[in-house]
Amino acid sequence: MLKIRVIPCLDVKDGRVVKGVQFLDLVDAGDPVESARAYDAAGADELCFLDITASVEARGTILDVVRRTAEACFMPVTVGGGVRTIEDIRALMLAGADKVSINTAAVKDRSIVARAADKFGGQAIVVAIDAKKVSAPGEAERFEIFTHGGRTPTGIDAVAFAVDVARLGAGEILLTSMDRDGTKAGFDLPLTRAIADAVSIPVVASGGVGTLDHLVEGVTEGHASAVLAASIFHFGTFTVEQAKRHMAAAGLPMRLDAAAKGSARQEGAV
Amino acid sequence: MNIALIDYEAGNIHSAHKALEVAAREAGLDITVTIGSDPEIVASADRIMLPGDGAFADCVGHLRSVPGLSEALHEAVQVKGRPFFGICVGMQLLATEGREHGVTQGLDWLPGTVKRIEPADTTLKVPHMGWNTLFAHREHPLLKGIALGPDGLHAYFLHAYHLVPANDDDVLAEADYGGPITAIVQRGNIVGTQFHPEKSQALGLKLLANFLTWTP
Repeated sequence: MLKIRVIPCLDVKDGRVVKGVQFLDLVDAGDPVESARAYDAAGADELCFLDITASVEARGTILDVVRRTAEACFMPVTVGGGVRTIEDIRALMLAGADKVSINTAAVKDRSIVARAADKFGGQAIVVAIDAKKVSAPGEAERFEIFTHGGRTPTGIDAVAFAVDVARLGAGEILLTSMDRDGTKAGFDLPLTRAIADAVSIPVVASGGVGTLDHLVEGVTEGHASAVLAASIFHFGTFTVEQAKRHMAAAGLPMRLDAAAKGSARQEGAV
Repeated sequence: MNIALIDYEAGNIHSAHKALEVAAREAGLDITVTIGSDPEIVASADRIMLPGDGAFADCVGHLRSVPGLSEALHEAVQVKGRPFFGICVGMQLLATEGREHGVTQGLDWLPGTVKRIEPADTTLKVPHMGWNTLFAHREHPLLKGIALGPDGLHAYFLHAYHLVPANDDDVLAEADYGGPITAIVQRGNIVGTQFHPEKSQALGLKLLANFLTWTP
């Protein structure tokens, strides 16, 4: 049986982890590869790198991070942030990314989704959608896509956009509620469910996780196939294993097998 | 033992390389992995691994664009019988034809068709993405020491298409996703996995170790 995935996300800037991973006993908490290795050992089902490097000159640093991670960890990695062209995607895939996520570039021109899916197969192409609720209380709920960290409205309906990029060949949607991001108030469940029910590709719920029950709700009420969280894991509120055991206890199908064991065996080797 | 890891610019080879080294070490084997697309590398290899991420047609195009590579692979695998391991699209390419973005001819080493996954339960999402358990179709040395079945180890899948062999006997293991999904194929000296052993931790490393010690 296919299992629900738990995905820690690391923000990477100029090749370094921004928020730091505080709970882990790392020699260098700013090294993304060390954090990746620790999450691998903890049983994370995938890892997500979000590259927030601003300067054009430092854009190549993420490739080195991905390459070193692929050599050190046997876990699937999605990389996003600043992906604009087919060439960007190819470079990340060759460096070792299993999936590449496109955000603003897809909002500006959806045809990149079809071109990327043709080249790399839809399974490798994730479209990241950042959405906010724009309907007034009492109205039918409407969600709009925002760019630039939730500051810039686009006028594009999030559900219609999700349906369209799925039709164009995207393999997954990484959905972040900009209303909930950083609030620890839980996923925006109506948003998550609206999109998950509208598309036939997997949806990863993101934005707002504060408790382990939030992760469960993302799946049971939001209908997500995977849940992504950053701060609850980085700041040591919960471990990935605690999260997965909690979700399993709530009746969700989770992978609780020899992940840690397999990684421990790698540890000795790398 | 010389292992040729074919790099034809169609996917990540770093993880596959590392996984082979770790698997060899665990099995107590001394291997040399040579990465590249030069036909000479294939000709001098004891075992061959073909990774592949991407769309079927694009990967076939990359493979055929390297002068002499297809011929060298045919000679080594089909004529000389060197053990061969295809991963993901590197396994799908063994089929007669692929139907992703139109019909494309494959290598036809393992008769069959690469088709889109169509789960009987239409609420199931496609691509089939994530960790799933495996069910053995038959016993085989490649599966030795790997816990299979619903409570067994997991393999990492990431695909919307899968190889449906013409001969049911070529299937070694399946996953269940609203119907059977081909997970491992084996025919003679050829083995292929739809999932990524290099991303599948304990299960993947054990399978690679079994491949390295396998005598077809």
